[in-house]
Amino acid sequence: MIINGVQIDDTFAEAFNMRGTRVIITAQNLKWAYNAANAMTGFATSVIGCGVEAGIEKELTPDQTPDGRPGVAILMFAMGSAVLMKQLETRMGQCILTCPTAAAFSGIEGSKEEVTPISLGKNLRFFGDGFQISKQFGGKRYWRVPVMDGEFITEETTGMVRAVGGGNFLVLAESQPQALAACEAAIEAMKKIPNVIMPFPGGVVRSGSKVGSKYKAMFASTNDAFCPTLKGLTKTELSPDIESVMEIVIDGLTDLDIRKATRVGIAAACELGAKNGIKRISAGNYGGKLGQFQFHLRDIMADPTLNDLTAEVQA
Amino acid sequence: MSALTFTLKTALQQRLDLSALTPDQLAEKSKADIAAILLPYGRKQLRADEAFELSGDDTANIVFANGNDKLDYIGSQMKSGTITINGDAGSYLGFQMRNGKLTVHGNVDIYAASGMSGGLLHIHGNAGDFLAAAIVGDRKGMKGGTVIVTGNAGDRAGDQMRRGTLLIEGNVGSYCASRMLAGTIGVLGTVGEYVGYGMRRGTLLLTSKPAMHATLQDCGAHTLPFLSLMFKSFGELPSKFAKIDKNRVQRYAGDITNDGKGEILILQ
Repeated sequence: MIINGVQIDDTFAEAFNMRGTRVIITAQNLKWAYNAANAMTGFATSVIGCGVEAGIEKELTPDQTPDGRPGVAILMFAMGSAVLMKQLETRMGQCILTCPTAAAFSGIEGSKEEVTPISLGKNLRFFGDGFQISKQFGGKRYWRVPVMDGEFITEETTGMVRAVGGGNFLVLAESQPQALAACEAAIEAMKKIPNVIMPFPGGVVRSGSKVGSKYKAMFASTNDAFCPTLKGLTKTELSPDIESVMEIVIDGLTDLDIRKATRVGIAAACELGAKNGIKRISAGNYGGKLGQFQFHLRDIMADPTLNDLTAEVQA
Repeated sequence: MSALTFTLKTALQQRLDLSALTPDQLAEKSKADIAAILLPYGRKQLRADEAFELSGDDTANIVFANGNDKLDYIGSQMKSGTITINGDAGSYLGFQMRNGKLTVHGNVDIYAASGMSGGLLHIHGNAGDFLAAAIVGDRKGMKGGTVIVTGNAGDRAGDQMRRGTLLIEGNVGSYCASRMLAGTIGVLGTVGEYVGYGMRRGTLLLTSKPAMHATLQDCGAHTLPFLSLMFKSFGELPSKFAKIDKNRVQRYAGDITNDGKGEILILQ
């Protein structure tokens, strides 16, 4: 399969079951909503070192938020529910409670069977030292915690769902700037897809890894088959004209969401095409043995039904 | 199906207890069964068809066509459906009501919404004393749900109220929110003396500053974001409260003789 001169490899991305949640963060204005959300989703690129993978899903206008202020929705994913709950709690405490004017609300409603309520501000209330106030409106419990800028408002719980993490594709280009430009274009397009985040810096990761290492202490190490400077040394996956490879990793609430994001991302990268040095699109996998999900690139690019961007799980 | 309608046909000498006539209790009952229900009437009992003319068959929607201030316990412990009263109702309206919708087009007597834990109680008229308060021997008044009173309420409105929302569009008598444990009371009119007396927790929202005793402490003027959440949640209610969009208040905390975690917020 070739799109605009870019070869789509006959391979697949391998992804895993994760647990995911959404939190709506509002503040006096978007600037401070972003300050809170950026802190909350900071150092959350990969579950390996950070515990969770998190990112900003979308901006919300005042009429889309519970308290009528501007806000953003963030998504957070972890390999297990215990880690997710722990990380959510510490990040809420250090990043949202601390941020001037910020408030946090549930982003996934807990009424459905597959949605597990997990604590959002439930334990943060104790920061109020007895001065905290509980309020119930419309069947939801909120906490008002007195803080120095006024009151910190948080909903008691949000919803946790089964989610999918580790969807990915690789962009192989003739130069580093060209690979980055293609990834930037892909990320711009993918940001419009609901229910997904690209957790790495700017959405792009350059240090793709393989399982294992020559060093006993390391369980993962650089993916030498895709390192352009090692073309002559290892069993390379790269043709002589490839000088740089970058990867986009996608976490989503459902595998369908990841398929949709993969499709628009690859399409945006391919739009730059061979004339801009984009040569190949590939994907990372472990031979299909580890992950519960496989995203075959050619199937995804051949499936126009994925252009329907109606979200499966609504805010 | 038309609403099951009870039309009072006798002049009542005693108070009549209608706690048996709720949608959940009448569901599955035949017309003859309903007619034979015995209603406590003073020291005696009255068959339902001795007191009322019955018509209609939809037990999920009950109508009392000509209300009367001797009809007590209407909607007591009701769990579903609707009850509509055209005219006045007596005491203990919606006593321990759990869900559903109870509407009165008239005035009601004491202890309306006492022990209520869910649903919507809408009084298009005035309420007597002890609205949403605990009956003697109970330690909690209203425990959930929403009450709207378009007229005035008497003394002790919200006494020992534990949870839920009580919205009064008119004036309230003395001891409003006394011994309140939690929940939200809103009053658009005036309140009488000793507002928030012994108030422990909870929110009393007013539109003008009442006379306050010394154990309610001024905490200053504030813009409270939770009020936006609250008024947004009122948006669907058939009440003047649904149209309020303010979050600037003067905050008084109290009653500091009883923990002082309650608050009186005066909209500015």
